[in-house]
Amino acid sequence: MDAHSSADGAAVVARPVLEGPDIARVLTRIAHEIVERAKGADDVVLLGIPTRGVFLARRLAAKLQEITGREVPVGSLDITMYRDDLRMHPPRALARTEIPGDGLDGRLVVLVDDVLFSGRTIRAALDALNDIGRPRAVQLAVLVDRGHRELPIRADYVGKNLPTSLREAVKVQLTEEDGRDAVLLGLSRTAPADER
Amino acid sequence: MKRHLISAADLTRDDAVLILDTAEEMARVADRPIKKLPTLRGRTVCNLFFEDSTRTRISFEAAEKRLSADVINFAAKGSSVSKGESLKDTAQTLEAMGVDAVVIRHSASGAPYRLATSGWIDAPVINAGDGTHQHPTQALLDAFTMRRRLIGPDAGLGQDLGGRRITIVGDVLHSRVARSNVDLLHTLGAEVTLVAPPTLVPVGVETWPCEVSYDLDSVLPKSDAVMMLRVQRERMNAAFFPTEREYSRRYGLDGDRMARMPEHALVMHPGPMVRGMEITAEVADSGRCTAVEQVANGVSIRMAVLYLLLGGNEPAVSSPRTDRTEEK
Repeated sequence: MDAHSSADGAAVVARPVLEGPDIARVLTRIAHEIVERAKGADDVVLLGIPTRGVFLARRLAAKLQEITGREVPVGSLDITMYRDDLRMHPPRALARTEIPGDGLDGRLVVLVDDVLFSGRTIRAALDALNDIGRPRAVQLAVLVDRGHRELPIRADYVGKNLPTSLREAVKVQLTEEDGRDAVLLGLSRTAPADER
Repeated sequence: MKRHLISAADLTRDDAVLILDTAEEMARVADRPIKKLPTLRGRTVCNLFFEDSTRTRISFEAAEKRLSADVINFAAKGSSVSKGESLKDTAQTLEAMGVDAVVIRHSASGAPYRLATSGWIDAPVINAGDGTHQHPTQALLDAFTMRRRLIGPDAGLGQDLGGRRITIVGDVLHSRVARSNVDLLHTLGAEVTLVAPPTLVPVGVETWPCEVSYDLDSVLPKSDAVMMLRVQRERMNAAFFPTEREYSRRYGLDGDRMARMPEHALVMHPGPMVRGMEITAEVADSGRCTAVEQVANGVSIRMAVLYLLLGGNEPAVSSPRTDRTEEK
């Protein structure tokens, strides 16, 4: 068991489901799967969804480069302005949208995020992509799929399928942001109805 | 800042930096082929202009449209206001129509405050210039322009203007731009010096968080940015200086004066520029003059303000930020 502090200061008990080496292994596997499906990753562009999706996208790009010997463009796609729940919360600070110089037209865009849950973030990301360019195809890679989809969306590459209850919360920690790599499963602080 | 944006003085440092950072992201939308975000879809914003303005109204309208809001433009000329309708009646009409936000420009100082606090209307009110009082989005776009030029677009994120020396020159007495800028720049940590003929310095200026000088030439060499103001003849009911020529000689910015500024220093002007009087064509057209850039930045700033006031169920400014990680 692992205790960490939540945003509001209360201690939440959380159990690690994946730890540092597991995450590295999982990302290596996803990278190989991308190369296999894209037949070499020639036209692949990785777009991470802030915050942690961007770090994962960068790590995947490094692994893809190791495998293929080619540099894979990485960007980030902030979906805040495209969320369907904007009016249900205070507006959040925007994160960075960074599209690689060559654009997305005709490329295979792999969206990268840490957790796939309701699917609404990915829906927003697809809308955002629409305004930015016209990829040849869009695929989705996630570190954890925790289920409870509210939209007909599924991931092409999944690090770990993690069946959860709505009472549980999944928290991904990455060295770049949190000082260590881990996927934690704990009890949610919010009522299921509020959860997104 | 609470629900409304009435005065630059209402903004805390964190509010102001959040608006500038948000505007930086909004500016990137302008570089895209499709310059539109769905953020305010289904929301109606009314531009309520009791005083003529082209630049500010178009800037707000562009910002509203880029955020997909429905826009109603209301100009007092030729409207029921010229038939004698009061601000209260206009406000109640807008309320009945279900307007989600009001952008107001009025020749009377305090009109936006009255609109926001009287209970006539429930929507957020954004001040687009009231009399000689405030023009907060202008101050924000000026600060945004300075931060971009002096620190850089990316390096500037999260930064204020701490320690920068800004000089504001000209008709301070009639200028809401000067008032708003003094308030905001002080909040952002900059040192502001006002330079003006003694007749154009407002009474009570000693209570403002800035220095006052009557000698432009001594201030120029230590300025990071020099903001020229327009001489507002339409607000002048007396002679405030002997001749245009004398004003121009003492307070106008020409090539020689610009050469005395530090190399990195920029020249700003809120527009419209009166060339030959406050600023020579040589200076206005030089690479150091940011007047055109300020116009483009105005749209980004207004998008940021509209998003932060209207985008959510409560204003983002002065409320704690939420953690973005758990929501998928």
